[in-house]
Amino acid sequence: MPVTADVPAVVLDGVSFAYRGGPCVLEDVSLEVERGAFLGIAGPNGGGKTTLLRLVLGLERPTAGRVRLFGGVPQSRGAPRVGYVSQRAQLASATPVTVREVVEAGRLSVRGPFGPLRAEDRAVVARTIERVGLADRAGAPLRTLSGGMQQRAFIARALAAEPSLLALDEPTTGVDAESQESLAALLAELRTELAVTILYVSHEFGAVEHVVSRLLLVRGRIVFDGAPADLPAVWHDPSHAH
Amino acid sequence: MLDLEFMRLAFAVGIVVGVLAPAVGFFLVERQQSLVGDGLGHVAFAGVAAGYLLGISPVLTALCFAVVGAFAIEWLRSRGGTAGDQALALVFYTGIALGIVLISSANRFDVGLFQFLFGSILTVTRSDLLVVLALGSVSLAAIALLYRGLVAVVLDEEGSRVAGAPVAWLNTLVAVLAALTVGISMRIVGILLIAALMVLPVIAAQRVAWSLRSTMCLAAAIGLGSVLAGLTVAYYADLPPGGTIVLIAAGAVVAATIAGAARGSARGGAA
Repeated sequence: MPVTADVPAVVLDGVSFAYRGGPCVLEDVSLEVERGAFLGIAGPNGGGKTTLLRLVLGLERPTAGRVRLFGGVPQSRGAPRVGYVSQRAQLASATPVTVREVVEAGRLSVRGPFGPLRAEDRAVVARTIERVGLADRAGAPLRTLSGGMQQRAFIARALAAEPSLLALDEPTTGVDAESQESLAALLAELRTELAVTILYVSHEFGAVEHVVSRLLLVRGRIVFDGAPADLPAVWHDPSHAH
Repeated sequence: MLDLEFMRLAFAVGIVVGVLAPAVGFFLVERQQSLVGDGLGHVAFAGVAAGYLLGISPVLTALCFAVVGAFAIEWLRSRGGTAGDQALALVFYTGIALGIVLISSANRFDVGLFQFLFGSILTVTRSDLLVVLALGSVSLAAIALLYRGLVAVVLDEEGSRVAGAPVAWLNTLVAVLAALTVGISMRIVGILLIAALMVLPVIAAQRVAWSLRSTMCLAAAIGLGSVLAGLTVAYYADLPPGGTIVLIAAGAVVAATIAGAARGSARGGAA
């Protein structure tokens, strides 16, 4: 599916969502995200920010309204590639998987599930590992790395797909402040160099607030949509119930 | 020992089973679905019973039942309304209950049934070997061809779905491969113990492996070694092969755990 420059990366049109038998999580959400944006999606736990991301990615279907990703239905064949780092991006502790094996899995959307990777795929994987600063740990088992380094490996897996959109759900959970800062710098660099649209879900934005181009606050609906600088001061107070 | 036709047939089947069972089990263990093989074994039991009742090959009916059971588990799991363990429990208990009812109807609570339940080195036939070679080759070829896609789903199912991979299809393939493994392994390992041969070598390999690829290769080597050693011990000590093979595989888990811990201690000391 060809993507023209004037097609927004994400469009939500009157989207509502409720889990089966449950209350409405999101109600009548309309949103347009321009290509190349770095969109932060914040809000309290249970406010629907992860659900919003999952709707955009096609992992949930709206109960009402319409979702479009680069002009098409999410996960449709031939659509621009999407890299996703989920909230549950972790492995069973017994799994002895290396950083390189994790990142190679990201080539699935480029090469499909059949046969071994080609030389050009391996080159992309090596470059991506280097870009996230793990070149010297490429052959190391993931379980021997710190939480911050593991998170970088998962981001590298998403980047190995050479995506048009990178979606991260709570990527800094359990990661120290220094790693959060370096993740923010990495994402800003990716946006500048690769023009990737980034959707970044988090319940706290301390580390990335200065690199986000637009911020959404979600609590069942969108309660703020604008530049982080325009955010009312009360929202910066962690004790505020949003 | 190898002068005897039945031992040559048992070893030939054992070589295929010893490599295939851990290779398939690798994907089940990594997806934390270690008990799927057990569930399919109980469905295969119903298949054996149906074979007796209908007067056709119990191996063939067991294979068919196990494959249907695999589709049922995956369908129930993927619908989301049923949790994975509940889907497995439903198929597991339905299979064993159906097996008991059918076996009772066929009036076949006899030695032949016990050979299917616990394995036997005496019962492998040339036609069994042909079936095992054909299905084993196809299964191993499928794993080799789709290894990268299957691993990607193991590492991140939702990420693979977002990437546009045929996740449902790959999950169903793993379930069907597990069903085929149960069907072709039950002659020598037995329905009740085949799941152990799919899981224990992988657990042992995880203790000492350094990557996913090395885990799968080591698991296949441990599985093969367990089957060959188990058949040999069973022959000379007149023991049931299934139990002997699984005890050796369990011993491999203990040995690998000790080796892994010793390696960890050595690294800690060096650091």
